[in-house]
Amino acid sequence: MNRLAALAAPRQDYSYAFLDAYAKRELRRRTLKAIAIPGYQVPYASRELPIARGWGTGGLQVTLSLVGPESIVKVIDQGADDSVNAANLRRFIARMSGAQTTTDALKATIIQSRHRIPEEILREYQALVLQVPDPEPLRAVESNSSRAHEMHAEADYGQMWLVLYEQLVRYKQYIQGASYPSLVNGRYVISPSPIPRWDTPKLHQSAHLTLLSAGREKRLYAVPPYTDVYPLEFDDIPFQVEDQRGWVCAITGVKNKFMNEIPQPDGTSTYELSDTGYMEKVAPADATRTEPPGATYYDEQGNFYHDGYLKPPIQPEL
Amino acid sequence: MTVISSRPSSPNSNDAPRLITAPPLLRAKGLRKTYGRIVAVDEVSLEVYPGEVMGIVGESGSGKSTVLRLLNLEEPADVGAYTLDIPDYAGVNLFTLERFARRMVQIQHIGIVYQNPYLGLRMRYTSSGNVAERLLITGERRFSTLREAARSWLAASEFPLDRMDDPPRKLSGGMQQRVQLAKAIALKPRVLLLDEPTTGLDVSVQALVLDTLKRLQRELHLAMVLVSHDLGVIRTLADRVLVMRGGRVIESGLTDQVLEDPQDAYTQQLVHAKL
Repeated sequence: MNRLAALAAPRQDYSYAFLDAYAKRELRRRTLKAIAIPGYQVPYASRELPIARGWGTGGLQVTLSLVGPESIVKVIDQGADDSVNAANLRRFIARMSGAQTTTDALKATIIQSRHRIPEEILREYQALVLQVPDPEPLRAVESNSSRAHEMHAEADYGQMWLVLYEQLVRYKQYIQGASYPSLVNGRYVISPSPIPRWDTPKLHQSAHLTLLSAGREKRLYAVPPYTDVYPLEFDDIPFQVEDQRGWVCAITGVKNKFMNEIPQPDGTSTYELSDTGYMEKVAPADATRTEPPGATYYDEQGNFYHDGYLKPPIQPEL
Repeated sequence: MTVISSRPSSPNSNDAPRLITAPPLLRAKGLRKTYGRIVAVDEVSLEVYPGEVMGIVGESGSGKSTVLRLLNLEEPADVGAYTLDIPDYAGVNLFTLERFARRMVQIQHIGIVYQNPYLGLRMRYTSSGNVAERLLITGERRFSTLREAARSWLAASEFPLDRMDDPPRKLSGGMQQRVQLAKAIALKPRVLLLDEPTTGLDVSVQALVLDTLKRLQRELHLAMVLVSHDLGVIRTLADRVLVMRGGRVIESGLTDQVLEDPQDAYTQQLVHAKL
C-alpha cells in the first residue's frame, strides 16, 4: 500500500477558483474588452466545468475569474436564492474560492443571476453576472451567425424593428416577454439574457457593472456602469414593462415589485415576490434579524427610479 | 450627348416627344462576368436615361438575369464600370464601393422586382411589413409613418388594402408581384429593375400588372431595366431594347425598330418564333 502511494503522482488540489491561471487570465482580458466596447459580443474559450453546459457555465466562469477570498457572493436562480441550481453554484464558488456567501443583494460584491436582476438598487463596485442561454439578439431574424456578425458591424438592426412592427400589427403591443432586445450605448443591440421586461430598464445608467456570459455559445458582453440602455421601441409606441398592478404579495403584502403567479386549486391565483432575498428583508423569517430593505428600482407606486424613462402606454392605430 | 426619347420625359408633357438633355442615369460599360469557365456576360454596355424603359430580351441562359444581378449590385462584375447619376456617388464605379456603401446605394436608389416572389419578399411577415422594412432599414422609427407609407405604396401598386396585413404566402401570384413592386418603390428609387416581373401570371393578371407598372413608371419618372423573354411585355413597356445571346448583346435599338425590322438572324428567329 505504501509502495503504491509512493508510485502515484502527488495529490494536487484544484487551482484557486477551479479554473487554471491561463483560463482566468483569458477571461479577464475578454471581460475588459467587453467593458471597453459596451454590448459587443466578445468570443472566448469556454472551459469545461463540473456542471453541464446550459446550467450557468458562462456566468460561473466569469464569476470564478472575478472572485477572491474577500468577495461576497450571491447566486440567484429566477429570483430565488434557494433553488437547487443556485445552491449548487453558490456552494461550488464558495468551496473553490473561500469567498463568503450572502442572500443580501446590497452586501454582495458579485451577484451571479439567472433570469432576474434584484429589486434593490445595486450600487457602484458591485458586479452582476448574468447567465445567458442565447446571446445573439439577431438569431430570430438571421439564422446565419456570420451574417449576423456583419449586421452587428454595420449596425443593421432594421429587421429587429420589423419584428416589432409585426407584433404591433398582429397583437397591438410588443409581445416579447423576456430577453427584450436593447440598444447599448447607442451602438450594439444585445439580448439581455431572459430577464423579464420588468428588469430591462434596470440596466439603464446603472451604478453597477453587468457582465453577460453564454458558456455554450462562448460569448461574453457587458453593460458598464452608467451606460445608456434602451429597449427597442418605436418613437410613437413606447416599451412597456409587465402590467402587474393590483398584484399583492401573499406573504409580505408588498405591491409593485416583480411577482410570481401561483395558481391555486380553485382556479384563482396568488402572488408572491420573485426576489426571495428582498422578501427576506421585508418580512424576515427570523425576527431578530432586522435588516431594513434598501431603495428599490420601482417605488411603492410602481414608478421607475429614472423619471421619464418608462412612458405611459399608447395603443397603435392600424 | 442627346437622344430622342420615344416617351415623354416628364409627367407634365404627356404626349409631345422632346429632346432629352439630361445625362444618362444609369451607365454600364464593358461588363464581363464569368463563373469558372462559363462566361455569363461579356462586353455588355448600356445607358438608361431618366424616365426611360430599357428592355433586355433573350433566351434562357443568354445572360440577361446576370446583367440584372450586376446592376442590382448583388455581385461585382469581373471587368467593367457601372455608374448611377445619384447624389454623392455620381461618376463613382459602384463595383468598387465597400460593402456598407454598396448596400446603402442598393437600398435607396435601386428597386428590384424578381420573377420569384420568394426572392424578394419575406413570406411569413405581413405584406405591409415587407414594404415598411425598406423605411426601417433607412432609420424610420415611427410606427404611424411606417403604416402610412405601407398603405400609400401598396395603394400605388393597386394592392387591395384590406389584405395589407396578410402574409404574401397567402396571396395570389399577381398580388405578390404588387407587394414586391410596392416594396421596390417605397424609397422612391431612381432605377427600377424588373426580372421577368409577369412571368408565371395568367394573361389577364399580367395585363393588369403591366398597366400598373406603366402608370408608376410615368408618375414617378422611373428609369427601368426590364428583363423578359416575353416580347409582348417588352413591346408594351420598353422604349429601347437589347437583344442578348450567349452573354453578348447582338442587337440594340428602339423597340419598334428592333421588333418590326430585326437585322440580326437570331433576332429575326426570336421575333418570329411562335408555338
